[in-house]
Amino acid sequence: MGVEILSNALRVTALLSGEIDHHTAAAIRMDIDSAISAQQPKTLRLDFTEVSFMDSSAIGLVMGRYRLLQAWGGQLEVVNLSDRNYKVMKLAGMQSLCMLKRKDEENESD
Amino acid sequence: MKAINQMKMTLESRSVNESFARVAVSAFAAQHDPTVEEISDIKTAVSEAVTNCIVHAYPETVGDIYIWVGLYENGMVRVRIKDKGCGIINIKQAMEPLFTTLGGERAGLGFAVMESFMDKVRVRSTPGKGTTVTMDKLIKGRCDGQG
Repeated sequence: MGVEILSNALRVTALLSGEIDHHTAAAIRMDIDSAISAQQPKTLRLDFTEVSFMDSSAIGLVMGRYRLLQAWGGQLEVVNLSDRNYKVMKLAGMQSLCMLKRKDEENESD
Repeated sequence: MKAINQMKMTLESRSVNESFARVAVSAFAAQHDPTVEEISDIKTAVSEAVTNCIVHAYPETVGDIYIWVGLYENGMVRVRIKDKGCGIINIKQAMEPLFTTLGGERAGLGFAVMESFMDKVRVRSTPGKGTTVTMDKLIKGRCDGQG
């Protein structure tokens, strides 16, 4: 459960796993923020492949990272969402803050 | 209408208990043979309501969260989540999507998520006394549409 951070020159990828709720979001947030604050990447990608459960705390996590990235004009991508979690993110209007992609959609790799 | 089966539990308002609460409620509701999707709906709604107790009802202290679940003959699951915390002064405003008193990391979508995943959500609150959230969901189950 938690987050694994991968980074290259342009992008930081956070591989999220397990359950995202108010309890687990705090540690996930700290790990992501310490990685991106240091590097100020052009793009932050949140990868939901291994996320088995999320509630609105995951939406808060996306909104909070979006605000942080604004400080240096970084972009946010939220990828590999299950159909259900994609629906929840859209319901919350997250598509206006970042790119949302479902599990089956192609992720550009670089 | 009387429940055909019910369970009660009391939890301390520690965030580590959020996952236990949603799993316990959904495990009990499993007697109605819900689909995976219906189980996820209940889990998510319970997670939101319990989180509200932890972050809003008892912001500076640890208090008790009282959970009651009733199963009904017609396939309905009723979940009642009660606290004796600070209460809500303006329920209508609290239930508006994106409204939050906390800002920052909270999306303000707790009640909106509960309402979208459950059939019915009722909130009663007395400032200084506590809040009770009651949510109903009719479990159509795995047999639905398959004869």
